[in-house]
Amino acid sequence: MLTPLQRIQEKFPADIIETHAFRGDETVVIRAAGLKAVAGFLKETPEMDFNFLMDLTAVDYLFFAGGRIQKEFRFEVVYHFFSLKHNHRIRLKVPVDDKAPEVDTLTDLWPSANWYEREVWDMYGIKFKGHPNLKRILMYEEFQGHALRKDYPYNKRQPLIGPTY
Amino acid sequence: MTQTRSMLLNVGPSHPAMHGVIRLIMELDGEKIKDVEVEIGYLHRAFEKMCETVMYTQCFPYTDRLNYVSPLINNVGFALTVEKLLGIDIPERAKYIRVIMSEISRVTDHLTCIGASAMELGSMSVFLYMIKAREFLWELVEEITGARLTISYVRIGGVKADLTEGFVDKTFQKIAEVRKVLIEADELLTRNRIFFDRMKGLGKISREDAIAYGITGPFLRSTGVNYDVRKASPYLVYDKLDFEVPLGTQGDNLDRYFVRMAEMEQSLRIIEQCFQQIPDGPIAADLTGAVIPAAQMVDSAKMGQTEGLMEDEVSLDPTLQGGTKKYYDAINANRKDIVLPAKENTYGNIEGLMNHFKLVMYGHGIRPPVGEAYFPVEGANGELGFYIVSDGRDNPWRVRVHPPCFPIMAALPKCLIGEMMADLVPTFGSVNMIAGELDR
Repeated sequence: MLTPLQRIQEKFPADIIETHAFRGDETVVIRAAGLKAVAGFLKETPEMDFNFLMDLTAVDYLFFAGGRIQKEFRFEVVYHFFSLKHNHRIRLKVPVDDKAPEVDTLTDLWPSANWYEREVWDMYGIKFKGHPNLKRILMYEEFQGHALRKDYPYNKRQPLIGPTY
Repeated sequence: MTQTRSMLLNVGPSHPAMHGVIRLIMELDGEKIKDVEVEIGYLHRAFEKMCETVMYTQCFPYTDRLNYVSPLINNVGFALTVEKLLGIDIPERAKYIRVIMSEISRVTDHLTCIGASAMELGSMSVFLYMIKAREFLWELVEEITGARLTISYVRIGGVKADLTEGFVDKTFQKIAEVRKVLIEADELLTRNRIFFDRMKGLGKISREDAIAYGITGPFLRSTGVNYDVRKASPYLVYDKLDFEVPLGTQGDNLDRYFVRMAEMEQSLRIIEQCFQQIPDGPIAADLTGAVIPAAQMVDSAKMGQTEGLMEDEVSLDPTLQGGTKKYYDAINANRKDIVLPAKENTYGNIEGLMNHFKLVMYGHGIRPPVGEAYFPVEGANGELGFYIVSDGRDNPWRVRVHPPCFPIMAALPKCLIGEMMADLVPTFGSVNMIAGELDR
């Protein structure tokens, strides 16, 4: 029996940047161009059958570990999938550039991606190509910047929510 | 010539049924709901951002404020994720304590949800009975943790305090009281025509939609999907406990009510089993000395009067009780780089004091290796997952919570469209939206 990780390795060798299974969490880092194909494969293949998109988030690696660890791309979009039938999980990570951060949307495959992607856009400013309604979700429309980026100070104030200084 | 057009109606955030934190922008055709847009974020407090600025242990008070109706489960989820990142295991007794506290919290959460939605349908007495039952359970929580709501009880590598003496008997008493309330509420609601008619067939969601939207917990199980994290990937000691996963068939408000009612009984069963299986706690090994106030121990240690100090026990402030040397080993992992020393060691000898400071000073603290981990636990609303990225330093690089409410709120239009405006109230009550975890 192949694990989901091995199946992806077998099927998409060109799209994979790296894989690991730190503490038992199978993880595949793939190129943004291959996301749609890999995600479709995860959902449609009977041996994989990932019918849940459990979580979708992003991580900002600017000055990671105080600048000691250099990452090629600043952001990573992180997907956690779960299969009800096989009771297995996999984590997909897509590195995204700083200049024009954009990845394909997964809303057509998993409707749950809709709100998660809106949240990632809200907090990190990463766009999702093809998203039906990409607007802020937790913050208000007038909010400037993206709050979870590492270069956004945690104590910064904006006019609508407090005094500016 | 008559003209018809739909009406735009704002419900919330200042609407009692919306708990003050959700805004629904609804398009109405007469009383029928044609379209709904859900707006969230009114309770956003930057949980994830704040966690990045503090040390791992300091995240616990923030997690209390996620799902504030069952804060212990959040604590457990966060601790388990960091422990996974560190690759450590905790003593058996601490695992049982965590399970007991989680299940008490699950019952309080379900009681609040059912009580509040019954009240919104006019059944004030059920609400009061259920809040009474919740009060019994919160007394138990208070006894162990020293607080009722913002408990910050779990620690990385263990728990703060052991169970108090006589806690078992007290719990059995309270469980009996809660069971009485459940029977009472069941009699008042289940055969109640008003309640039944307003719940049955409303707020329906299909199995496929529920899965596609990533819904978990009682909401998903009410549609008949058997998914419970405690069964699918058992954590702590859930694999040693015998309990059932109640399922519904229709996925409507009534099924969600039934699933929650049945789940409370299962949780009470789990607590009872835990007390049968839990290993013994306090070992009074070398504690032959006197019980002295903490300040006195600190003073004697400062002046070098250390003779016999190792055998003494300190009496502490009520919020720290149960974590002294006597209880320490049974509830904490044996790792000096992760777990704070017992208070006698901190106050009475230099090694303990240094150990304590090494863990609480900025730039020292708990340092998991570079890496990432996701750990799901079964929250009261569904799968509560923490995803933590560590950069090898003492504060987390990224803490992400997967809040079970979030997908439920995303799917709310699916439940509401096509129904009457007045049915919004029972439907919104039965989905158990907790804004603390939804908006973080």
